[in-house]
Amino acid sequence: MLDIFDTLCEINACVSPSGSEEAVSVAIAKVAAPFADSITTDALGNLIVKKNGKPGGKKIMLSAHMDSIGLVVTYIDDKGYIRFSNLGGINAPGLPGTPVRFGNGTRGVVAMEGKVKLADCKIQNLYIDIGVSSREEAEKYVKIADVAAFDTPAFRTGNCIVSPYLDNRISCVTLLRALELVSASTPENELYFVFSVQEEVGTRGAQVAAFGLEPDLGLAVDVTRTGDTPEIAVPMACDAGGGAAVKIMDGSLICSPKLVAALEKCAETNNIKYQREILLNGGTDAGVMQRSKGGMHAGCISIPTRYIHSPQEMCCESDVADSAALIAAFVSAKIEL
Amino acid sequence: MKELVKTLCAIDAPSSFEDAMRDFIRPRAEAAGCEVYEDVLGNLIVHKPGAPADKRIMFAAHMDEVGIIIKALGDDGYLKFACVGGVDVRVLIGKRVLVGANHVPGIIGIKAVHLTTQDERKIVPKINDMYIDIGASSREEAEKLTCCGDYAVFDSFPVDFGEGMLKARAIDDRVGCATMLKLIENGPAVDSWYVFTVQEEVGTRGAAPASHRIKPDAAIILEGTTAGDLPDAKPHLKVCAPGAGAVLPFMDNSAIYDREMFNELRSLAEKNGIRYQIKQYVSGGTDAGNIQRARAGIPVAAISAAVRYIHSPSCVASIDDFEQIYALAAAFLAAHAK
Repeated sequence: MLDIFDTLCEINACVSPSGSEEAVSVAIAKVAAPFADSITTDALGNLIVKKNGKPGGKKIMLSAHMDSIGLVVTYIDDKGYIRFSNLGGINAPGLPGTPVRFGNGTRGVVAMEGKVKLADCKIQNLYIDIGVSSREEAEKYVKIADVAAFDTPAFRTGNCIVSPYLDNRISCVTLLRALELVSASTPENELYFVFSVQEEVGTRGAQVAAFGLEPDLGLAVDVTRTGDTPEIAVPMACDAGGGAAVKIMDGSLICSPKLVAALEKCAETNNIKYQREILLNGGTDAGVMQRSKGGMHAGCISIPTRYIHSPQEMCCESDVADSAALIAAFVSAKIEL
Repeated sequence: MKELVKTLCAIDAPSSFEDAMRDFIRPRAEAAGCEVYEDVLGNLIVHKPGAPADKRIMFAAHMDEVGIIIKALGDDGYLKFACVGGVDVRVLIGKRVLVGANHVPGIIGIKAVHLTTQDERKIVPKINDMYIDIGASSREEAEKLTCCGDYAVFDSFPVDFGEGMLKARAIDDRVGCATMLKLIENGPAVDSWYVFTVQEEVGTRGAAPASHRIKPDAAIILEGTTAGDLPDAKPHLKVCAPGAGAVLPFMDNSAIYDREMFNELRSLAEKNGIRYQIKQYVSGGTDAGNIQRARAGIPVAAISAAVRYIHSPSCVASIDDFEQIYALAAAFLAAHAK
């Protein structure tokens, strides 16, 4: 069985924010290859791993986005300081002091202009310092339009994993593990494991993948927030360690009630720990799948994750195992909705 | 290019009123031996036959411009209006406009300064507090000259000035339309598609249906983009500058451009001595977003002109940049001949 932490580290060792997913795509394809019937990439870079099923089953699209949030270089000044913009939702006051890494291995640290107060800090007040003293020197390592990722560590602590980009590499791991599980026998359904691009900038990859595949049913896998930390602003009934989170709704969709019921029934039948999840903000690939072409039943299994979009996110390893088990059990069996 | 851009900038075509642009483009594209098709939204789709290309290439530029729409005629003959697309309200007051196809002259007015309070003078007035004065003294008089739903455009004729600069309204995106027309008439004889889109300024509405129909393998959007090279802007917020060459964006709010195509354009520019600049800020959006996400996905890139005071009556751009944009688009097309 694929080890959750090791597989995460293997596919997370790249710099692959939205729009630059080649490296993570290669890493995921390598893990998926032993279990796949075919692996293709579409025009926008979505990685599509197919698992053949028995005739007469449903055509199912599973989608976990493989892009991460990130930084993109917009300007290099005379002293070699690098200005950047955000790829996806980044909280600017949370960034100063964060180590970052470019695709070619160049490392630096995010810092803030001296005259700005932390609470007022916007992305345009931040810069990356790569330790050089002129533009010419900086340009030996970094060019405008290059992308960078958080260079923070991954480790296990307590019952949890801490890592950058659990959103959404942990869901990629979940899907890879589900793929491994379904490969034990021929599933009842034709399965497309899509590792989608550009979710963090507006679920752009899943939209075109859904159009291209035209599935009967769509199931996204993504992280969700939790309600189990001190003094949270908005109470939420979803805990790290509470099991696979079956999404009821979020900002992008109301999940198909029939699909939700079928997922819950599947969890109960197979004795898999699960919880319901309603996310008040944010959205997932499920939203665009639901409204692709003539529409489809769509839903989402979420991994409860603390500190989403910060340089150090945290989730519970058992939730990943439960989610993979639920997905595998559900898509392997006959589905009547 | 200069004369063509100037001619196109003088045509009225606020979003959804693109007829005059179509009337100009269609006969020229037909005379160049192209098939021309107008879809139900009014997108003008031009297929230029030629030597086979290694993929189905589509260029796109929008015909529409930001403008004004008349929403009510008052009893006193003044016209209430709304903006079509993103017009900066700060630039409206006192501007001359031309109302409707008959070009009825008008002035955008607001409460007389001696009637305003001190506080009112400190804030940007709302569009609802402005009106267009066409010199009519009653609703009946005004009705003889215009009607509810008429468009208006800024009265701003194209003018060359300074060192190779052009001032005009609607450089966004007549520069893209001019580039496509020149590609159609004089560009490399390579099989290719050109879509002159409608309604970009109100939400890139024309691009998706056109892309669904054409089904390209790659698309290049030719656009005008905001230049911020102004005295009070910090260096890292200047975005791009007229005169520094064709602008290549790597992303904006509508799309992250395809990395391979972005890199290809950059190296084509370097190989052919075409002057270019990379857009150094993430802002704005283009038809690229809806083209990229049409069907099962279409790789997109953009080549833009740096335009100061974009969406105002007096946009400013560099004439030499137009030539660089054309040269780069033509080089891309030539590079994809089989």
